[in-house]
Amino acid sequence: MEFTIFGIGILTWLVFLPIVGMLIVLLIPGENKKAIRWTAAGVTGLQLVLAVVVLALFDRAALGINDASSFQFVEQFEWIIVEAVPWVGKIEIMYFLGIDGLSVLMVLLTALISVIGVISSWSIEKMVKGYFALYLLLVTGMMGVFVALDFFLFFIFWEVMLLPMYFLIGMWGGPRREYAAIKFFIYTFVGGVLMLLVMLALYFSVAYTNDAGEQVHTFNLLHMMNSANFVEGSILYGMDTTWRYVAWVALFISFAIKVPLFPFHTWLPDAHVEAPTPISVILAGVLLKLGTYGMLRIMYPILPDGTVYFMYLMAFLGMISIIYGALCAMAQTDFKKLIAYSSISHMGIVMLGMASLTNQGTVGAVLQMFNHGTITAMLFLIVGVLYDRTGKRGLYDFGGIANQMPKYTGIAMVAMFAALGLPGLSGFVSELFSFLGAFDAFRWITIISVIGIVLTAAYVLWTIQRVFLGELGDEHKSLADLTGRELLMFVPLLIIVILLGVYPGPAIELMNTSLSTLVDFVNVAGR
Amino acid sequence: MAEHIIESIFRFLPEIALTVTLLAAIVADVILKERNRNVAWVVLAGLVVTAVLVLRQAGWNESIFSDMLAVDPFAVFFKMLLVVAGLFIVLFSVKSRELELNSTRIGEYYMLITGVILGMFLMVGATNLLMMYLAFELTSISSYVLAGFVKNLRRSAEASMKYIIFGSVSSGFLIYGISLLIGVTGAVDIYGVRDALQAGVEQTSALYVAVIMIIVGFSYKITVVPFHFWAPDVYEGAPVTITTFLATASKIAGFAMMIRFFRISFMESGVLSIGGVDGMLAIVPWNMILAVLAAFTMLGANLMALWQENIKRLLAYSSIAHAGFILMGLALLTDEGISAMLIYLAIYLFMNMGAFYVVMIVANKLETEQISDYEGLGHRSPFLGVAMAIFLVALAGFPPTAGFIAKVYIFGATISAGWIWLVAAAGLATMISLFYYIRVVRNMFLVAPKETDGPVTLDRGSMAILIALLIPVLLLGVWFTPIVTWARDAVIMFGM
Repeated sequence: MEFTIFGIGILTWLVFLPIVGMLIVLLIPGENKKAIRWTAAGVTGLQLVLAVVVLALFDRAALGINDASSFQFVEQFEWIIVEAVPWVGKIEIMYFLGIDGLSVLMVLLTALISVIGVISSWSIEKMVKGYFALYLLLVTGMMGVFVALDFFLFFIFWEVMLLPMYFLIGMWGGPRREYAAIKFFIYTFVGGVLMLLVMLALYFSVAYTNDAGEQVHTFNLLHMMNSANFVEGSILYGMDTTWRYVAWVALFISFAIKVPLFPFHTWLPDAHVEAPTPISVILAGVLLKLGTYGMLRIMYPILPDGTVYFMYLMAFLGMISIIYGALCAMAQTDFKKLIAYSSISHMGIVMLGMASLTNQGTVGAVLQMFNHGTITAMLFLIVGVLYDRTGKRGLYDFGGIANQMPKYTGIAMVAMFAALGLPGLSGFVSELFSFLGAFDAFRWITIISVIGIVLTAAYVLWTIQRVFLGELGDEHKSLADLTGRELLMFVPLLIIVILLGVYPGPAIELMNTSLSTLVDFVNVAGR
Repeated sequence: MAEHIIESIFRFLPEIALTVTLLAAIVADVILKERNRNVAWVVLAGLVVTAVLVLRQAGWNESIFSDMLAVDPFAVFFKMLLVVAGLFIVLFSVKSRELELNSTRIGEYYMLITGVILGMFLMVGATNLLMMYLAFELTSISSYVLAGFVKNLRRSAEASMKYIIFGSVSSGFLIYGISLLIGVTGAVDIYGVRDALQAGVEQTSALYVAVIMIIVGFSYKITVVPFHFWAPDVYEGAPVTITTFLATASKIAGFAMMIRFFRISFMESGVLSIGGVDGMLAIVPWNMILAVLAAFTMLGANLMALWQENIKRLLAYSSIAHAGFILMGLALLTDEGISAMLIYLAIYLFMNMGAFYVVMIVANKLETEQISDYEGLGHRSPFLGVAMAIFLVALAGFPPTAGFIAKVYIFGATISAGWIWLVAAAGLATMISLFYYIRVVRNMFLVAPKETDGPVTLDRGSMAILIALLIPVLLLGVWFTPIVTWARDAVIMFGM
């Protein structure tokens, strides 16, 4: 499948449109806030249209994962080529983009959340130009990670996200923004260095023979997945060697920090609480998925032996995250912090599902990534609405909002119940699949994890009771209901949450072929 | 013989051009008198001519003046870097307020700069041990004077004094090592040393001492922990332009000489790491010594940088740390390692100069070198702030800047050679380095400026210089084929 606009592939457009937008924003004088906002909205809107086009043209039967020919919308060019000399082989770094069932929904999610983030950013008045320039750079990084099929390219996009995020939290955040920003930055940077080292070790271990018969070292992920390409005697050669396990652990930590998985999660509550609403939305909606996506795209197929060897560790950490996240959420009095901890809990479900190495569990996990993205984005927006109006977000500061803001409450209820896993809403399907898959693989861990669902129900219902029900305080009698702009950011998410709750079939079909290929591949290669 | 000398002279044109520039600077200083600031343009023109002459040497692989100097791709690569560094330093100097306040002797200053560059040119080409030492001294002595150029400033004088003392010690070590080596091998050039070592030497303990002495001598020059003590003080005290020069060009030349010396004398040509090398390593495990020193340097300097309050000291420690990263390449005994060093040095040149230039502008405008005074700079002058942020994240090794490419290649070469513990130390050092680089960025952007602080404006010239430094830092981050190819071809030395 190919689709080009002006001779340039659609994925390149998706990735680099925001950069174009950023340059335009930088050229607009800073006082002209309206033009800057509309540019950002236009660019991300266009990106969403392209993402929908990709979705519409996507071929569900194509395998992807480790099969180069069945990736879709592929763009592959030589980027850095250094010809061979006697003491070093040919060096090859590719500009290699493509999507399969694993990434297609993530591309859509990124585009959607980006637009919603822009709409939610409308109320930002401080240094608008800098804000949107950084925001658009961030979007490029996120989109790039989901479509890159060359490890080098993947890493560059991965790290490109870091600085904009640091500034967005650190300059536009809440009172403790500096602390939160630096904590986020350090955690992710440490992960990045680990990933870099593994990437280089893989690079020197993998060489494929090209058409001219030369041995070529490459960053191409698909070549790295083929165990026949590992050079004999190189550090990562073989299966189940110590160095491969070390590499697996390093890679796992670098991704687990992003997820974030217990015990690497401590940056998340701080970052979420201090970040401005739209950045929280991006963080929860897209950034956390990068961790689990990276595991599935890189760690699973390239180091399948480690994946199989450590699957109980992954499941165990998933379980801890589910329970621990839910318990922490229950203890919070800050609405935003509550959602931050609930994110940890829900990402634990993703981890548990994918650790099972079953088709069902993995499908559930990827679907949960998408659903968590939409649901949590809604929850953060919900907090943002209250915070915009009152400057408060304590759970005990409100009460009886339901009568005063009926539309708002209606939407909030849907999001809350979706987070709780109510049948008929999207969260239910993916959680069910994840747990079913996990149950096949590890019985007790799953049984304990399900307690997390009960805890989730408890804190969600308690939150609803505290914020929306009860007596309306006098100071809240003048609260206005949702404006048109706010409705615009909720409605698309609402539709998706309900639609995927009653009819998840199409979403599952999109990813099923690719994910079953992945699971089979890991199970065959790793055992 | 006469033909050889005449031919050699024609292969020596860049150095001759520098000598002429040096003389022209003296004459111009005398003629221009009060307007002696304009000597800068004479030197600039001389450097441009030199650059052209160096470019013409591309592809040569010759030895000149009876194995005194080599004109090979390796030397040309470094001469090019040095001439670029020289051009930028002269431009920096024109913009420096610190120097303007001491402008009576400014002609001398430019003359000395040219002298240092000439010394460095000889350093990168020298193949004769005595020539190496002479070139080393020519650079050092001119640098001592330059470090104390603002002589009415106490700390500048102090810096110069410290530099002289430490510099003399390092020269002492070097010449001691060299004389022992000459005694043991009976050779005066590095080719002779190689041949003698391959044939086998008898006084192994003397050889041991010689190698250690030489390593120590070089270590001072390229600021390797624990021989780095002079650097932060000298870097802090010297005028910013000279600090920049010492931290970039001087280090680059020191590395060039070191790489050539070790590569030719101690690593057997052709197939590396078998044959003669093993014999040498059995006597002195010099590459292990270098690896340990590199690890100490990376970790030590990065840790020490964390406590700095003065931006020049911070960058001094940062440049020491970078020397550690670069030194890894030499311990690997592979050409891959050496080419990674060349890539790193070339990129380091641009990012470090950029950071120092911003420091100089800030010192010009705000008369401060304290990191705390950088608060709100990003708001007061967005361009300056963004430029500094880019240079700093490049130094930290972030993609998509060139600093990342430098790290990728040196880490990659280390992994490829199987030195996992060394690369792990380098990874740890990188993580540590983030803290102090980001602290400056934080001060510039995350802290709002005080209400009394007005905007900082930049003149066109400074902006142009900054852009000229930003372009390579950003461009080489996304399109690094040229630098990699060039560095790969530049590992070729005469006599390999």
